Amino acid sequence: MDFFTDHYNYWVVIFLMMVGLYTVISRGNLIKKVIGLNIFQVSVFFLYISIGTVEGGAAPIITEGVELYSNPLPHVLILTAIVVGVATTALALALVVRIKESYDTIEEDEIHELDHTL
Amino acid sequence: MGNNISLLLVVVPLIAAPVVAVLPRGRLPWAVALVVTFLCVLFAGMQLWGVLNGGMISYELGGWAPPWGIEYRIDAVNAFVALIVAGIAAVTLPYALLSVEKEIPEDQIPLFYSALLLCLTGLLGITQTGDIFNIFVFLEISSLSSYALISLGRKRQALTSAYQYLIMGTIGATFFLIGVGLIYSQTGTLNMQDLTIRLPEVIHLKTVNTGFAFIMIGVALKLALFPLHLWLPNAYAYAPSVVTVFLAATATKVAVYVMLRLLFTVFPDSFVLATHAKDLFIVAGIAGIIIASIYAIYQRSVKRLLAYSSVAQIGYMVLGIGFASATGVTAALIHLFNHALMKGALFMAVGAIIYRVGACHMKDIHGLGREMPWTFGAIIIGSMSLVGVPGTAGFISKWYLVSAALEQGAWISVAVILFGSLLAVVYVGKVVEALYFKPVTESGRSATEAPLLLLAPTWVLVFANIYFGLDTELTVGVAEKATAILGVVNP
Amino acid sequence: MKPNLILHVVSKFLIPLIILFALYVQFHGDFGPGGGFQAGVIFSAALILYALVFGLDAAEKIIPSHLLRILASLGLLIYAGVGVVALLLGANYLDYTVLGSNQIAGQHLGILLVELGVGITVAAVMLIIYFAFAGRGRE
Repeated sequence: MDFFTDHYNYWVVIFLMMVGLYTVISRGNLIKKVIGLNIFQVSVFFLYISIGTVEGGAAPIITEGVELYSNPLPHVLILTAIVVGVATTALALALVVRIKESYDTIEEDEIHELDHTL
Repeated sequence: MGNNISLLLVVVPLIAAPVVAVLPRGRLPWAVALVVTFLCVLFAGMQLWGVLNGGMISYELGGWAPPWGIEYRIDAVNAFVALIVAGIAAVTLPYALLSVEKEIPEDQIPLFYSALLLCLTGLLGITQTGDIFNIFVFLEISSLSSYALISLGRKRQALTSAYQYLIMGTIGATFFLIGVGLIYSQTGTLNMQDLTIRLPEVIHLKTVNTGFAFIMIGVALKLALFPLHLWLPNAYAYAPSVVTVFLAATATKVAVYVMLRLLFTVFPDSFVLATHAKDLFIVAGIAGIIIASIYAIYQRSVKRLLAYSSVAQIGYMVLGIGFASATGVTAALIHLFNHALMKGALFMAVGAIIYRVGACHMKDIHGLGREMPWTFGAIIIGSMSLVGVPGTAGFISKWYLVSAALEQGAWISVAVILFGSLLAVVYVGKVVEALYFKPVTESGRSATEAPLLLLAPTWVLVFANIYFGLDTELTVGVAEKATAILGVVNP
Repeated sequence: MKPNLILHVVSKFLIPLIILFALYVQFHGDFGPGGGFQAGVIFSAALILYALVFGLDAAEKIIPSHLLRILASLGLLIYAGVGVVALLLGANYLDYTVLGSNQIAGQHLGILLVELGVGITVAAVMLIIYFAFAGRGRE
């Protein structure tokens, strides 16, 4: 049981990761795919942030009387990754809008049918 | 000043990109982009020269000493790949002027060049940096701009293929990020040089092994390693001609570089040789060469055909990496360079056909070889190089690959390399047949030779194909030196 | 759209506060949590609220889209420019120490300028994204 409770952050990450990845793979709706992608990315953000925690550590702002701080580097890295994620989402949604305008649908199978691909 | 060159190589296109975005319509954005790419080639050339004569360059961004700060660390491997990327960009830009004016709506042209420069920034950044998280950031800069560039293609399929590439590319990048996070959690460092020192202590941990697997899958998605190549054929087929030329010749090459760097510098050799990763690479390479080549034969669009051929060629590079021997890695590096030359030339020639006829389906190009002799000539020589005819650059890479396979007694790989060349004869033969031996169509009759501004860059690459097929000192010399730096030895 | 009195009054009251908070987050970034990314997003949220309540045309009158494009470029140029200035002063790229008389002053000034650039770009890009989506299908 300790194995689960001591590593609960990893279980959350794994759960979210699988939910996101499964949504991306299994859904044909282009918007749902983007949402899945977002969940997938957010799970990685959680992974980084939880790695950065130091047990008993304070927030990494210099304060008198505090000796132990959490590691701020993963947070900074993830700030960059969040920005990348926002840009990806915006670009993906822009593409979906354009796809909707030229195909009049955002269902993957209908698009394939219209283009005679697959 | 000397070290600043390595920095300027990334910063100059980065500064130019927002400037170009706000320039007025007309040819000014193109002119600025052209100057920037020429500067980049100059810097990349000086950098390679500096590295070959003076040894490694290390540049500390913000004056923070590594491993705390981000470090640009350049040896012969990076400098070689950076020169390829910058060189291809400089050849693509003159070609871009007319092609872009024809294919991109006028009000989007400044943004187009801005995105192209950002993509160049990202690709050059990946080659320059010595920080593994920085690689992720630059990877995403180049990927995001290339999704936007691909979506600008004229057909509506460009949108869906850009979307597909975006989903797969983001999954790949996120996998890379997971891997980096897992490794960071065990080593506490992101600097690749520092990782080299610290990884051997923790290499037996499952976390590190998982991280390695995540990173490799992520990179494999980016370099379109079979069977993770599904985004590539559509993306290349529907992107604007210039984008196809640029991406086909640079993007996957940079991903191959990342893979080489991680496998042979960052992770300890004993670990890489002990895992099944290299066997997987050989299997994926072999499958890629054969299956993608067969797919290529059945394509009806020339651009798609060449795109599948790219997947096959990536198979050759990965096969070279999979041998994990000095000759194999040298072969992979040589092929990385030569493939950029041949695919650049071929996609440029196809772009010239699209410029004249507006399409590149097999049925649209019937008989065009006689109407556009110079373009046809470029396709012939480019194809010969792709097949690996002696006297062309392609022959050199095949030669080294075969010798690497023979060294290890890998007879199956030898057979596959030769069989792959035969399949290449078949698919380029189809293009040549359609271009020359079929009667010219009604719409094709009015087609004339492509303008000089398109032909000149194409032929620069064609001559490069012949030159590097005869004089191998630069390619083989640098590739061998780079392999030595990566620390790969023949087992 | 029918004007809604409550929405108008509340948002007119809130928008200045949001902008003020954005500026606080922006310039407090070197002492506590904050910085350009967050401030830029908060700032753009104020304008997006305005656009939601008063309509897109009214919002575009305040910040026309071509100005946004210039601002987005400007922010990135401030960032890169600070690095180039450090380079010209003989230090490494983005080494802020040379910007001030001593290390602390230099680092302080440098990070302030860089975060300003980030803030401007993020705010402008967020608004560009919003206008691009909201304005779609209007023309």
